[in-house]
Amino acid sequence: MKVKQMKGSYALFESLLAEKVDTIFGYPGGSIIPVYDALYDYTDRINHILVRHEQAAAHAAEGYARVSGKVGVALVTSGPGATNTITGIADAMMDNTPIVVIAGQVATTALGSDAFQETDLVGVTQPVTKWSYQIRRPEDIPWAVSRAFYIAQSGRPGPVVLDLTKNAQTGICDFSYQKTEFIRSYIPDPEIDKEVIEQAAHIINAAKKPFALIGQGVILANAEKEVKQMLEKANIPAATTLMGLSAISSKHPLNKGMLGMHGNLGPNMKTNECDVLIAIGMRFSDRVTGKLATYAKQAKVIHFDIDQSEIGKNVKVTLGVLGNIKESVPMVTDLLTEQRHDDWIKSFEPLERKEHDKVLLKEVEEAKGPIHMGEVIAKISEATGHKAVLVTDVGQNQIIAARYFKYTKTRSLVTSGGLGTMGFCLPAAMGAKLGAPSRTIFAVCGDGGFQMTVEELGTILQSQIGIKIILLNNNKLGMVRQWQKLFWQRRYSFTDMINPNFNTIADAYGIRNRMVNKREEIDDAIADMMKDDKAFLLVVNTEPDVMVYPMTPAGDDVTNVLLEESSK
Amino acid sequence: MEERTLYTVTVFSENRVGLLNQISIIFNRRQLNIETLSVSPSALRGIHKFTITTYTDHDTIEKVVAQIDKRVDILKAYYNTDSELVYQEIALYKVSTNALLKLGSIESLIRQHNITILEITDNSVVFQKTGLYDETQRLFDELQQSIGVLQFIRSGRVAITRSKVERLSDMLEQIEKIRERKSKHA
Repeated sequence: MKVKQMKGSYALFESLLAEKVDTIFGYPGGSIIPVYDALYDYTDRINHILVRHEQAAAHAAEGYARVSGKVGVALVTSGPGATNTITGIADAMMDNTPIVVIAGQVATTALGSDAFQETDLVGVTQPVTKWSYQIRRPEDIPWAVSRAFYIAQSGRPGPVVLDLTKNAQTGICDFSYQKTEFIRSYIPDPEIDKEVIEQAAHIINAAKKPFALIGQGVILANAEKEVKQMLEKANIPAATTLMGLSAISSKHPLNKGMLGMHGNLGPNMKTNECDVLIAIGMRFSDRVTGKLATYAKQAKVIHFDIDQSEIGKNVKVTLGVLGNIKESVPMVTDLLTEQRHDDWIKSFEPLERKEHDKVLLKEVEEAKGPIHMGEVIAKISEATGHKAVLVTDVGQNQIIAARYFKYTKTRSLVTSGGLGTMGFCLPAAMGAKLGAPSRTIFAVCGDGGFQMTVEELGTILQSQIGIKIILLNNNKLGMVRQWQKLFWQRRYSFTDMINPNFNTIADAYGIRNRMVNKREEIDDAIADMMKDDKAFLLVVNTEPDVMVYPMTPAGDDVTNVLLEESSK
Repeated sequence: MEERTLYTVTVFSENRVGLLNQISIIFNRRQLNIETLSVSPSALRGIHKFTITTYTDHDTIEKVVAQIDKRVDILKAYYNTDSELVYQEIALYKVSTNALLKLGSIESLIRQHNITILEITDNSVVFQKTGLYDETQRLFDELQQSIGVLQFIRSGRVAITRSKVERLSDMLEQIEKIRERKSKHA
């Protein structure tokens, strides 16, 4: 093996290059200066995006990872720089996004002394990381980076933190790099039990009303094709979780929509009617299941997952199929008989029609009065022939965007599903653009979340990141307001916002922009937005009293779906 | 709500900084109180063993152990109920020498409780007793009532399963197979 002597800071970049890193989102500071000094010599090989706040570096790394399937990297200083990334790290933990956050740390001699900008980052991040490690010697850098990348992207992916002491950055070490392929205390891809595969096939073959739930695990495992083949061979209708959207095309006849609190009527009602529930790479979040005591009690539940601790965690299962679904799903498919479940599949239709008549017509097709969020989303989805990437913020904008956008390619939705992080959209969209430069990136946010990370317009300006921002503005913190309206006697406590002129802000950053107040202006504004590949802010002033339906109130039976206010 | 039982959780980990924190976080999240804790190097070089006891129900302990087990630096985590284990605790008691001499029944006390004497000075005597929680507690109560206890400390539980070999060796065998499978692929 080739051994070269170099400073730890250089060893860091050599290690990152060995992991094929070409993009880093970061922000310099005192304890990471030696690394930034070395970076000065790597700018031909590494594209460093200077964000405006470290939280954005973490979210951008997430956005990058989610669309590209590669590991996103954030680089920050110690203390506040590091703690600012924690929201993004926790977000990545909940949504299984592979990112590596490299943070500076004070010198080992100063550790534990309350030194300037010292935080116990490993201690603080342990609950929200897959692995976090403090590097105290330069010679440990290649080992730690190699482990970090292996852990972040293998098995069930997640965030890794490397806490890099200053003396490890400045010290000299012998550099040689070896990719990690094995850690004895860590089994990312558990062996698949053939007997279990046979049992799964047996249960599915005997099913009269099978129903498949598709989660983000299908995307993370690159198993979209394998899952589609299973659905098609056994003729199984399916629905996705919020995080699983785009794993199967919106146009596929077996795709019956989205599950969960604001999911489609059919999938939620049919969950409690099917005889076999086949969950693939999803984790039965409370936003999907509602009340566990009445969830799919009539069905045999088969759960495909790579993480043993997920099987049976929330929903008791008949059979857990442990292993990488890219392998386990086709193994089961091989044993399936070709089936038709036409009557069962047809039985979704009345529910689809009901949702269409009660919700979709009002929100999109025949929307009247002030602009509705749903009709805007339907139009931007059409603008690219449903091929764009949708990045959302959190709240009504997120749910409406996820519902009315159409997905024809995988890795087309970047949203904060588990943590529900407001302010996620703008930085995640920047990362998504860097991760998929040839794709159109729509950043759909509300006026609340947009202002949480609005400083990133500076990053967009400096690095010329061509994202299309659609700000659905109703001067309200809409989702909280919706709950106040439905469950808190309309006591609208602090959900009104007095907002600035968003277009003037965009002007200040040199970002082309439009404001739309009337339905008739939407098409023209979208055409204007899509005219070039530069950043654009489209402010759409929407109806103030937005309500997202359907809605299953938190903790209610999954079939207790509200379709409109009066149907309560 | 299922009945709460005392479970003994055994964790084998790499000998790395911060492992205890990683484990205790998982107990914290489920609002589980750690009753006793004992950490030491295991029979296998470089591998540490944690023995933790906690009161909870079966459903919860299963999930907690699965979540501990999946941490990257944890080799294996198990849980057992008392009937599956041979276990022991150790307790030390410091009493006043004068008070003890005045008690008069030292020989029967020592025989009855199987006490070992670790130290005698003019001022104090240190007793050692190994046993189950109830046994060490009974001696404490007796001493406290009769002559008073100056200092008392009880260790966490140490436990051995009734099966023949440490189950970690099965785990290590399995790991070795995976390593071989991987190196063949490479």
